[in-house]
Amino acid sequence: MQPVATTFFFYFLSGLTLLSGVLVITRKNPVHSALALILGLLAQAGLYLMLYAPFVAGVQIILYAGGIMVLFLFVIMLVNIERSQKEEQFNKQWLIGMLSAGALGALFVLVYTKGSGLFPASMAVPVESNNTQQVGVMLYGQYMFAFEIASLLLLVAIIGAVVMAKRRI
Amino acid sequence: MLDYITSYLGMNTTPGQAGNVLWALIYILIVFAGVSVAVMAMNWLERKALAHFQIRLGPMRVGPHGLLQPIADAVKLLTKEDIIPDEADRLVFWIAPLIILCASFTVYIVIPFGPTHAVTDLNIGILFMLGVSSLSVLGVVMAGWASNSHYPLIGSLRSSAQMISYEVAMGMAVVSAILMTSLNKSGTGTLSMIGIVEAQQQQQIWFLFKFFPLGFIAFAVFAIAMVAETNRAPFDLPEAESELTAGFHTEYSGLRWSLFMLGEYAAMIAVSSIAVTLWLGGWLRPFPNTLTGPAWDLVFSLFPGFTFLGLALIAFIGVIRMPKHPYFRIQTMGLAGFAAVLGLIGLILFIPPVRDRIQDIFWFTAKVGVFMYLYIWYRATFPRYRFDQLMKVGWKVLLPIAIGVLILTAILGVVL
Amino acid sequence: MTDPTTYLSHLELGEPDKTFLDSNELIINMGPQHPATHGVLRVILKLDGEKVLGTECVIGYLHRGVEKIAENRTYTMFNPYVDRMDYVAAVSNGLGYCEAVEKLLNIEAPPRAKYIRVILTELNRVASHQLWLGTHALDIGAMTPLFYTFRDREEILKIFEKYCGARLTTHAFRIGGCQYETYEGFERDVIKFLDFVPPRIDEYEELLTTNRIWVERTRNVGKISADDCKALGVTGPVLRASGVKWDIRKALPYAAYPEFDFEIPIGANGDTYDRYMVRMQEMRQSLRIVRQAVERIPEGPIMAKVPKVMKPPVGEIYHSIEAPKGELGYFIVSDGSTQPYRVRVRPPSFVNLQALDIMVRGQLVADVIAVIGTLDIVLGEVDR
Repeated sequence: MQPVATTFFFYFLSGLTLLSGVLVITRKNPVHSALALILGLLAQAGLYLMLYAPFVAGVQIILYAGGIMVLFLFVIMLVNIERSQKEEQFNKQWLIGMLSAGALGALFVLVYTKGSGLFPASMAVPVESNNTQQVGVMLYGQYMFAFEIASLLLLVAIIGAVVMAKRRI
Repeated sequence: MLDYITSYLGMNTTPGQAGNVLWALIYILIVFAGVSVAVMAMNWLERKALAHFQIRLGPMRVGPHGLLQPIADAVKLLTKEDIIPDEADRLVFWIAPLIILCASFTVYIVIPFGPTHAVTDLNIGILFMLGVSSLSVLGVVMAGWASNSHYPLIGSLRSSAQMISYEVAMGMAVVSAILMTSLNKSGTGTLSMIGIVEAQQQQQIWFLFKFFPLGFIAFAVFAIAMVAETNRAPFDLPEAESELTAGFHTEYSGLRWSLFMLGEYAAMIAVSSIAVTLWLGGWLRPFPNTLTGPAWDLVFSLFPGFTFLGLALIAFIGVIRMPKHPYFRIQTMGLAGFAAVLGLIGLILFIPPVRDRIQDIFWFTAKVGVFMYLYIWYRATFPRYRFDQLMKVGWKVLLPIAIGVLILTAILGVVL
Repeated sequence: MTDPTTYLSHLELGEPDKTFLDSNELIINMGPQHPATHGVLRVILKLDGEKVLGTECVIGYLHRGVEKIAENRTYTMFNPYVDRMDYVAAVSNGLGYCEAVEKLLNIEAPPRAKYIRVILTELNRVASHQLWLGTHALDIGAMTPLFYTFRDREEILKIFEKYCGARLTTHAFRIGGCQYETYEGFERDVIKFLDFVPPRIDEYEELLTTNRIWVERTRNVGKISADDCKALGVTGPVLRASGVKWDIRKALPYAAYPEFDFEIPIGANGDTYDRYMVRMQEMRQSLRIVRQAVERIPEGPIMAKVPKVMKPPVGEIYHSIEAPKGELGYFIVSDGSTQPYRVRVRPPSFVNLQALDIMVRGQLVADVIAVIGTLDIVLGEVDR
């Protein structure tokens, strides 16, 4: 695959991600926040594609945007949200919040300028066509234990949900 | 500039892979136009075929044999008043049909109409298709919620629950087909759509018949799940009019509602394309291995031309059977013109250079057409499943069968 | 506007299981305008999630005061009004009324008239069951049987039109017999119909009887036991599907029924599937009766000696027949004048509708529509 207009797409997609992040926290209506989050996730999937990781992008779309966000939307829509729309958008502790955010930002800038040894000199370009195979090999080979633990966790969550919601219907 | 354009014509990959933006755009436009025409044709076919199943004629007035009926429907929907419920959330109400439409249309960029006739060949092709078509669930949920009335909300919750349940069974069936692509000499499978069809060509068997009956059962599971995924009969309880809730698109009128229908038909064609690509050999002509040789290739390459000539003949017979009343003169002339156009296309399809390029597209479209007809047949014949029975079929019947087929395919793939 | 929970309180609605995730109980109204309620019926459902806890039917939207009108019409003048009650099976309504008045007047219709009455009534039974099948299948989602049954019903309606001039509200019979002699070619038309229709009934069965989706939608849905049927007074195919072999044509015969040989199909479980099978079998038995009748039609007069001015003696009579929907009864009180003192119609659909509540308790909402369809109610009869 030949990359096309890399810089334009990079700035476009990252701008979209940032914009959607801002929208998530500033919207009053929770459904609008969830939609903005979906937009951010899809933009992120595009960024993964640009990093030559198509499998991760595909899984991001299927699982995160198409599965988890649908769940978020179900919960938001089924819960009574009118009350939350009347709440104040920014709470009273905004001073402490601003100070912490400023400190975190300063930390990031410091790491970026002083700690350039942490970042690799050139970008590694893995072979794109092998992305799926590589992920599969690692997941079922090296990280098998973690994989099984994660699936067990999901199983426990499913069984718990079924038990709690089960009725004699 | 000109040689930029012509330089592509000698290429033998898809425009996406070649990185050629202009040709990619042209292919996208062609696919978009083709899908729109296909959706309108599907609308007409559904009304006519359903009517003939029910011993009546269907639309006959608008064009000759109702051929212009979809246009009349589109005009009617465009000129309707756009009603938005009072307390509805305008942004979400407006976005919901767009999401369904975009999700349904975006998958067309990876559908392979031929070895180089696709907009692009992502090497996660099938994953991309499943993922993007699962985004239409979001549109359904939002449509129901934004209508601010509890009947559409219940309908949309049911519809989305149905869609995500059957996605699981669909995914399992797809995985078992992908497993079969890895049974070639190099030992690696592929997720790309073109790669899957080429694997079938290399292994010289359609995956429908591979490890019989496993391929067939996986195909059957996918065929049932795709009908449920697109909310069509017999799984159309959320859209049924005689139930308490009339579905998530109750409050939509006019153009917005037509966007839902457009998205639904486009999704039907898209999932049928997945089924055709994965199991029925995509663009490969029937019997590519048992009946080989240039003579048989020639015979099969004449099929497109003969099909269109056959259709022209049927239209011509319709012309002869039209009543000889002066009121019918315009319709007779219209139908005769239509027959002439079909015949002309048929004759063009006999020219050798056109024949070679079009052959793949024709076989692919013919197979997808069979699935479209099956959709209409199901709608005419079957009663509706009740919602709990529908979920039972999805989770307790299809999913275990799909997992079982997957395990058996994997075992046979390793053993054989 | 009264609070619906108070006037539903006379039903002992079961309490749902209380958990902390308990959903609210909903009261939903399936209004008078609804594609699936076969007329103007309003059903108020109390739901717990998807499960039905109780129902209340509100009727009366089609009440036209037919029984009150009867008190101001002479016996002959009231005859056409009777067709309008169960407008789907108008001929049976007419048969019941004419026979009731004939009993009151102590006259008997001649044999030829009785045979003609039986033929037309049984044809009407087939037509009514065909309409029932088409609409019931449509409610459950199968669109095609509707068109097939309506097309085959056309043949019956053509015969009616040739006989008495009307397709739907036929006013076919008169007090004392029939007014019209059978037209030229009546037997030929009926025999042609008898040869034409059994393969069609097989076609309907082929589409539905073994169809897995149909079976899942109708088996164990809307069950009612024989004891409940008898307690509520439910009659007709609903009663027979619950296992009770009661058909007025065999139990208290009228018209020419004693002379024919036919069977009464009964079911075992009392669910929707059994009611479907019972009605399909009844169609075939009706065709059997018509075949026997048309082969043996006697010659003779078609009208008995009836006084010009009908003044039945003082008294009362209750006469019932087996209409396609159940026991249709007429209770006529005469005070010696030309107009009846009281005509009370016992409509089968009105009594059968009571069974709706028992049938849908504990079922899901989608089954309510299937059950309303399987009871085969016609609102013209329920409301009169």
